[in-house]
Amino acid sequence: MSELVTCKDLTKRFGNHTALDHLNLSLDSGKIIGLLGPNGSGKTTLLKLLNGLLTPSEGEVLIAGNHPGIETKRIVSYLPDKMYLGSWMRVSDLLTYYSDFFEDFDMSRANAMLESLKISPKDRLKTMSKGTKEKVQLILTMSRRAKLYCLDEPIAGVDPAARDYILSTILNNYEPDASILISTHLISDVENILDEVIFIQEGQLKLHASVEDIRMQEGESIDSYFREVFKC
Amino acid sequence: MPWNLDSSRPIYLQIIERVQMDIITGRYQPGDKLPSVRDLAQEAAVNPNTMQKALSELERSGLIYSQRTSGRFITEDKELIHQMKKELAAAEVSAFVAHMKQLGITPEEIRQLLAETIEEEENHE
Repeated sequence: MSELVTCKDLTKRFGNHTALDHLNLSLDSGKIIGLLGPNGSGKTTLLKLLNGLLTPSEGEVLIAGNHPGIETKRIVSYLPDKMYLGSWMRVSDLLTYYSDFFEDFDMSRANAMLESLKISPKDRLKTMSKGTKEKVQLILTMSRRAKLYCLDEPIAGVDPAARDYILSTILNNYEPDASILISTHLISDVENILDEVIFIQEGQLKLHASVEDIRMQEGESIDSYFREVFKC
Repeated sequence: MPWNLDSSRPIYLQIIERVQMDIITGRYQPGDKLPSVRDLAQEAAVNPNTMQKALSELERSGLIYSQRTSGRFITEDKELIHQMKKELAAAEVSAFVAHMKQLGITPEEIRQLLAETIEEEENHE
């Protein structure tokens, strides 16, 4: 197991607001990791820093030894928290678009998932419901054979039955040496597939532990432990 | 259908218990081949690393064994399976007795209740 992601004193300020505050973190490959924290704790900022959409104010982030850039984008598949694709596009356009952009894009995998979720390649994004758009984006993201998947709120708008399908797709499709970083509030839905959790609060690392250790030591689920730690 | 797991207890322990039950109830017969880690993880909707850990523990206890190229199998040692069954039964009984004590029931009453319940069940059959 090797170190895939390293954050050293990673800090991001927006004006006089500090979104991430000297975060030190290292993530191994081959793990599914939950990125958990209250609203505004810095989860999305961290994911954006990992993907080079933001640059650190201080400190650094390394992915497989490189700063975010062309080399890391080759191996990181990112699902942002917002819709980023043109709403005029058809699913079939998106598939070509993705396979043009990413050499690790697996077209047959994408088609199989679209078929299971009954999404027609001819449909345009703008005619789809919020949940279906999210499914399409997630399918595109998970159809790459990446080393690191960064999923920002991947299942928030999706119905519970499709959620189960998506989680099993995630389990099914990731290579044993790849890692998945999932930011979510739907802890009870995802916690059984996680290896580790990261709790962040006000831009600082509060906890980074194995989920089974938490269950063993605290005798409760990650969901109730989260509620206890971040009680308002 | 994901397995019914209680997320407040370590998942790998529950997988171990589940496989033990499947062996005792005969769902898995001695010598049967287990599905791959990935397939089992998929079926249970758990992380493959967790499934791996549970299977390694089961291997350590001797209930399953692995053959390098062909996968994992249920032990053919019937004595071991019988032993495990007895241990699980003993654990259930002592949990039951502890519960009864909590309710303030005397050992004599426990014996009587048990005898009555067993008799009732036998009459039903």
